[in-house]
Amino acid sequence: MLRIEGLTKRYRTGDLALEGVDLEVPAGQVMGLIGPSGAGKSTLIRCINRLVEPSAGRVFLGGAEVTGLGRAQLRAMRRRMGMIFQEFALVERLTVMENVLSGRLGYVPFWRSLSRRFPPEDVTKAYRTLDRVGLIDHVDKRADALSGGQRQRVGIARALVQDPDILLIDEPTASLDPKTSRQIMRLIGEICSERGLAAIVNIHDVGLAQMFLQRIVGLRHGKVVFDGPAEALKPDVLTQIYGEEDWTRSIRDDEEDGDAARADRKHGDHAAEPERERLAGLT
Amino acid sequence: MTAITTAYPATWRRPPFIADGRLRWALIAGAVAYFVLAIGGLEINWVRIGEGLERGWRFVAAFARPDFLSRWDDIALGMQESLTMALTSTAVGILLSVPIGIGAARNLVPRPVYLVCRAIVAGARSFQEIIIAIFFVAMVGFGPFAGFLTLSLSTIGFLGKLLAEDIEDIDEAQAEAIRATGGSWLQLVNYGIQPQVMPRLIGLSLYRLDINFRESAVVGIVGAGGIGATLNTALDRYEFDSAAAILLLIIAIVMLCEYGSSLVRRRIQ
Amino acid sequence: MPVAHAADGRVAWRRRTPRQDLLRWFGWFLLVALTVFCWQVMTQDTIWSFVADAPTQAADIGQRMVPPRWEYMDRLWWPLWDTINIATLGTALAVVLGVPVAFLAARNTTPSATFVRPLALLVIVSSRSINALIWALLLVTILGPGVLAGIVAIALRSIGFVAKLLYEAIEEIDQAQVEAVTATGASPAQVMDYAMVPQILPAFAGITVFRWDINIRESSVVGLVGAGGLGLQLESSLNVLAWPQVSLILLVVLATVLLSEWVSAKVRHAII
Repeated sequence: MLRIEGLTKRYRTGDLALEGVDLEVPAGQVMGLIGPSGAGKSTLIRCINRLVEPSAGRVFLGGAEVTGLGRAQLRAMRRRMGMIFQEFALVERLTVMENVLSGRLGYVPFWRSLSRRFPPEDVTKAYRTLDRVGLIDHVDKRADALSGGQRQRVGIARALVQDPDILLIDEPTASLDPKTSRQIMRLIGEICSERGLAAIVNIHDVGLAQMFLQRIVGLRHGKVVFDGPAEALKPDVLTQIYGEEDWTRSIRDDEEDGDAARADRKHGDHAAEPERERLAGLT
Repeated sequence: MTAITTAYPATWRRPPFIADGRLRWALIAGAVAYFVLAIGGLEINWVRIGEGLERGWRFVAAFARPDFLSRWDDIALGMQESLTMALTSTAVGILLSVPIGIGAARNLVPRPVYLVCRAIVAGARSFQEIIIAIFFVAMVGFGPFAGFLTLSLSTIGFLGKLLAEDIEDIDEAQAEAIRATGGSWLQLVNYGIQPQVMPRLIGLSLYRLDINFRESAVVGIVGAGGIGATLNTALDRYEFDSAAAILLLIIAIVMLCEYGSSLVRRRIQ
Repeated sequence: MPVAHAADGRVAWRRRTPRQDLLRWFGWFLLVALTVFCWQVMTQDTIWSFVADAPTQAADIGQRMVPPRWEYMDRLWWPLWDTINIATLGTALAVVLGVPVAFLAARNTTPSATFVRPLALLVIVSSRSINALIWALLLVTILGPGVLAGIVAIALRSIGFVAKLLYEAIEEIDQAQVEAVTATGASPAQVMDYAMVPQILPAFAGITVFRWDINIRESSVVGLVGAGGLGLQLESSLNVLAWPQVSLILLVVLATVLLSEWVSAKVRHAII
């Protein structure tokens, strides 16, 4: 389904975010991408749909090459890749329905999207998807009136109405509390298996990753250092991914910097919980 | 699956901004009616505009070759008046607006003082500079002194209001801490208030200097001195190249002011 | 920490080093000297006997101004309508012209940061540097006296204001939302419509109403140079020293300004 060959990204600042990444995701597989902050997880995902332009290497989706496409072709290609974001990235001041329908933007001409007159089958599809993610009663609410979990469901619905072949999911649970995180991960897993969708999930939380994903890829300093089934994720492997000296502490450090920490601060009371879950997932 | 599909609606309309349909249509109709009336009522003399466009083009062209020299003496005098007027009125305005601003802050002074200072601020702000300038010209005669008085007064209105609002918005805990040490009222202002509002006061003062320069170009139109008078004369005589030179000078000085004040502000903050 | 050593060897705390102190005092001294110098240059031609006479003059004018000549109101309704139109149509025109300038000036939407952006910024600073009254002066020369000159003058002055505040708002939008809509395969126009416009709409509405409020004040004086509205009446009353009429006009201006302030506060409240 998705094939990545020798993907390299060097930012203008000189930082080498990805270095010769080779990866293949077969149809229907949900793959987890783990690694310390700054390992290049987000960059990798954004290089696939070229929100970040790769410096070298090639990306194929279903046999077609994504890298090297012209603007119009790239837009058509992006329709086939649904993206879900860590801070949801909903357009806060638009209604839930508009946010979901924005997933159809690549399919409709400008005047239709401007007048909000989407084709009937698109609207039906949006309603059906909203029902699937459990938000059928919130259609006309503004996105900023929803809770975190509900917002992420809108984000998922927006990606799904694109009729994608693959989902690119960037830290879907980083801004959520542990319970909602599990619900969202479960929903993603269910939907992918219902539709036979492939997915790449960037995830900070090793425990969650093991719980819901079949295959895990570990990224460190922009290179793939681990690729195997979730069960193979043993302490020595984590050492390899997260740091040589003392991986037990690196997991706690991991929580203190980066996205997980931001989420924890948001949900003050639950701060301790993800750690417990994560440690539970490790043993 | 098809059975479920039919259950979902095939159309969706965005909920309107104003939920009440009648009110919405009344507002739209009212707005349309207003614009039709207002635009329809415009008396446009196309012949005059035709002549004007040619003149307008000459004016635009004058920007390509502004004439600084032939009226240089007038321009230099006007600029000198404008600049001196702007600086002195800002200085005097700041000196007077500090006590008035403190007096107009509800959390610092007794009620009668507050009311008096508020009234001064409101009075200074109620009219356009140009109207105030007319009165000062009538009172002290033509020349930059009338402009100076005008700009000082509006500086008091501007800084006094913003300073008072700043003081009312300060972190009470810091003022409370100074009160708790048994400091006097002056010590309270010096240690509890001043550090909190000083950076913004300096920023606002610089901004006001910039405004005062721009305004000093205007008060000249009614005889209160400054570059405005020179500009007015140049335009009356259709000397577009001199007018263009004056406008370019104004723009350059304003840009310089903005750049300078952004530098200073970055240093304070 | 800067400290001073007294003769007997005791140490005293100082906020700044003596050098810093000296520099600071020198800076203040320069500023004061400059101000005094400017004062002297400015007042060299001032006739102080006139200034000394000012309170009597003020009292005299004040006396002549009351009571206002109320029946003159009949001739103020049209100029009042004109004043409101100048402000409203001028603001509308400024918005129409200012919005594209704002998008050209914002770092994240400009087509070219090296060529177009500086040009847009130049438009903004030129428009902002020149007061509406000076624009009016110019336009009366070019277009002839009348309401149209007033509208265009107000619009030209407001473009910079609207564009400056709006481009700052555009630069502050949440880029993640833009990224998310881009990732769906939307075209640039659609990204603008779905990701940017919703984010800047509140700022846009606030800026427009704010500027309209300011423009009501400005449009009441552009008539002084012939650009229509209440200022025209003010000018002719001043020319014949009809102080009771002047006071009535000022009252009308004041009432309009207060009303517009109230309206704009209401509207802003409703939007945000």
